[in-house]
Amino acid sequence: MTMLDPIDRRIVAATGGGLPLVERPYAQIASELELTEDDVISRLSAMQTQGIIRRIALAPNHYRLGMTANGMTVWDVDDAHVSDLGKRVGALPFVTHCYRRPRALPQWPYNLFAMVHGSDRSEVEAKRLEIAQLLSEFCRANTVLYSTRILKKTGLRLSQKED
Amino acid sequence: MDLDALDRAIVNRLQVGFPLAPNPFDIVANDLGCTAPALISRLQRLVATGAATRFGPFFDAEAMGGAFCLCAMSIPADQFDAVAQTVNARPEVAHNYERDHELNMWFVLATESPNDIDEIADAIQDETGLAVFRFPKLEEYFIGFKVTA
Repeated sequence: MTMLDPIDRRIVAATGGGLPLVERPYAQIASELELTEDDVISRLSAMQTQGIIRRIALAPNHYRLGMTANGMTVWDVDDAHVSDLGKRVGALPFVTHCYRRPRALPQWPYNLFAMVHGSDRSEVEAKRLEIAQLLSEFCRANTVLYSTRILKKTGLRLSQKED
Repeated sequence: MDLDALDRAIVNRLQVGFPLAPNPFDIVANDLGCTAPALISRLQRLVATGAATRFGPFFDAEAMGGAFCLCAMSIPADQFDAVAQTVNARPEVAHNYERDHELNMWFVLATESPNDIDEIADAIQDETGLAVFRFPKLEEYFIGFKVTA
């Protein structure tokens, strides 16, 4: 974690569990860290510009919002077209994460991963069909892996050391 | 919990982003046509009831110099729980899911430096005697939080 100075690290650690739900959240963080509200806002802004913070946002719980089925759809896509097609798959409204990853032949021929959420498996299957149509002849094989159990789920951890 | 129209508007609006300004809730409340105290109490309820998992900054560990890697293992049924314990005992294992495939365990390693990924994956292989397949991301096609509540 070389790009963060000690003050940034303290801000990351103080906000890792979430922002305080008070009218002036940045002032509250500032008082906990003995900084000014301006410092906290400008450092958070700088981290957002650098991409260290992707966004400040609410993460909805798909399960609680009725999206109880999630399928990791995986695709064996022609290497020459995977970047262009991946962007189109990633732009679909029901795809929440989309990555190109290496194959692990012979066990694993798939190089495009797209996470699809739906209210049930039949909805996930319908969406998978939409992706298949988009990829058309550039896709050789695909499958979907459903999660059957969450074995562990933790947020981002930061080590306690200062640099 | 049942979400009413304002809850849904809040969930949709706050997936997009949150202002970096002294009174950020006033700005968002103004967009939504409610008051800052009403917005704050709705948010408290959304988080408390689990309709939202978190509200705050989302950090990119890679931009901070850390590394992520999706890993998978194929584990015989009678060893599954023991291997899950071994894997989960590693603090670098961030999420771990059982999935219905021959590769039946999928987890994310999150480390402070890219070199640590192979070291930890190799250690899990040594400990379990099972291969740890590594699927680092090569390219990311934009993700958004796109749940329409």
